[in-house]
Amino acid sequence: MSGAWQRNGYEAVIGLEIHVQLNTASKMFCACPNRYGDEPNTNVCMVCLAHPGALPVANAEAVRQSARVGLALGCRIPAASEFSRKQYFYPDSPKAYQISQYDQPLCAEGSFHVPGEGAFSVRITRAHLEEDAAKMIHAGGDAGRIQGSAGSVVDFNRAGTPLLEIVTEPDLRSPEDARRFLTLLRATVVAIGASDCDMEKGSLRADANVSIRPLGSEEYGTKTELKNMNSFRFLERGIEAELERQLGLVRAGEAVRQETLHFDPATGGLTSLRSKEEAHDYRYFPEPDLLPVAQDPDDLAALAGQLPELPVARFARLTGAGLPEATALLLATEVELAAYYDDLAGRVGDAKVAANWVMGELQAHLNAAGIVADATPVTPERLAGLVALVVAGTINQTSAKEVFQALVEDPAATAAGVVGGRGLAQVGDADELGAIVDRVLADHPDEVAAFRGGREQVVGFLVGQCMKASGGRADAKALQALLRERLTA
Amino acid sequence: MSDVELTPDEVRHVAALARLGLDDAEVERLGRELTSILGHVNTIAQLPIADVPPTTHANPHGDALRPDAARPGAPRAEALANAPDPAPEGFRVPPIGA
Ligand SMILES: [Zn+2]
Repeated sequence: MSGAWQRNGYEAVIGLEIHVQLNTASKMFCACPNRYGDEPNTNVCMVCLAHPGALPVANAEAVRQSARVGLALGCRIPAASEFSRKQYFYPDSPKAYQISQYDQPLCAEGSFHVPGEGAFSVRITRAHLEEDAAKMIHAGGDAGRIQGSAGSVVDFNRAGTPLLEIVTEPDLRSPEDARRFLTLLRATVVAIGASDCDMEKGSLRADANVSIRPLGSEEYGTKTELKNMNSFRFLERGIEAELERQLGLVRAGEAVRQETLHFDPATGGLTSLRSKEEAHDYRYFPEPDLLPVAQDPDDLAALAGQLPELPVARFARLTGAGLPEATALLLATEVELAAYYDDLAGRVGDAKVAANWVMGELQAHLNAAGIVADATPVTPERLAGLVALVVAGTINQTSAKEVFQALVEDPAATAAGVVGGRGLAQVGDADELGAIVDRVLADHPDEVAAFRGGREQVVGFLVGQCMKASGGRADAKALQALLRERLTA
Repeated sequence: MSDVELTPDEVRHVAALARLGLDDAEVERLGRELTSILGHVNTIAQLPIADVPPTTHANPHGDALRPDAARPGAPRAEALANAPDPAPEGFRVPPIGA
């Protein structure tokens, strides 16, 4: 259900920190390939291994893509921004600092609207560019966990790849709103083409800052940080679990402790993680090896003008065309499906008819095949041929499903060809239908008597028998009318 | 601005952040040296620079970005050549948090 999380006089206060891996060709500060899944330590060089004297140079495309995302989030893009060093010791950071941004981020305050039932807006605090850390391969112990590990091997392929960190104000009021926000944010970044935002691969990672406060209070309670929830469902469930935990503490008269927590989806439990360093001891200072990044207002205006249609705008356009909100929201968040729909709607010339086909037969087929819309052999052009036959009354819905299946199975087939070849053209002719009806009524004297005795519901059975006798080709409307006419005659 | 004197606890805190183990004599000596360096910063802070916009780089107009072109990294054997404890595929590090 949509709406705020409120229990026992308390409300939820949630903010998100989202890391997006940008899909540039090269890393953030060196020319090593930015590629996922390669053999460990094959995309590394002096710079990303932090050899003494190696100097970083910032990637222009990472800056450009970050600005585009910032513009889509309604952010102000300052004329100058600056990189800073964030100091911490950990084997995933070979320089013993991460190049990030501190008081002069690339994208400053913005706002992001989530439309639909219970619409809300979330203020964006900032979005800044930084480099990702290396990956630790832990030998022994539990996968991915640190304690009890028998030693680790570091893979620097990911070290120095560009990350955009998007930070929100604590404006979210429920776990569900957090999921809705992240879903639409993801769709927006994907539409822009800055990242594939694949949570399983880690190219989209979300941390949540969670606290509760008495309803009506303006002050914030003590917050905890939930780390790296790697699916939309885990994000929602993790926040839910943490809110319940905090409520239990507060109602028992105990204080919430500021800490970092890990949500275990298998048990639904939360465990405290040891922090890498006390937060205020990162000792940020301006990165002396990199010059400030200048943004030209004319270039930014051009970038803003070249943004593709974003999910929020698409939602407005589709609801404006008369589609239900749920349909519009799905199409707004799924880029490939939306492109397919637009193509089909253009050919069919009717938004609702096109949407019905996309949400019905096409979706069922895509789900069954486990593919996205641009991978189906049933192209918008081929489906439009089928839809035209239905709209023209040449075939009925039953036959349409058969034809659709034929289009799936034979990429060379056309809807008209299947209809002709299988003789699926609808039987609407009064003489032909009449003959079928007469035969069915003659074969079912008991049902006819029952109908005439007042059991009107047997008409459904008789329609089914007639449809079957027509080989599924009868014009359902004409058939119903004719059947009632004969029965009441 | 008055001179800042670093306390031994502050020196130990900074040392802990830098993963340095110091004995008491070193804490005393480094405390003096760091205090002297901060004193110099204080001297600079007294310059009349109210009209000078703050900058962090000598060249404020620079905008040195690199086109997004990838080229192959170093061969792995070369990358691992200086590792103190190389594993076949990477850099081995001691257990953490044990
Ligand atoms: Zn590199």
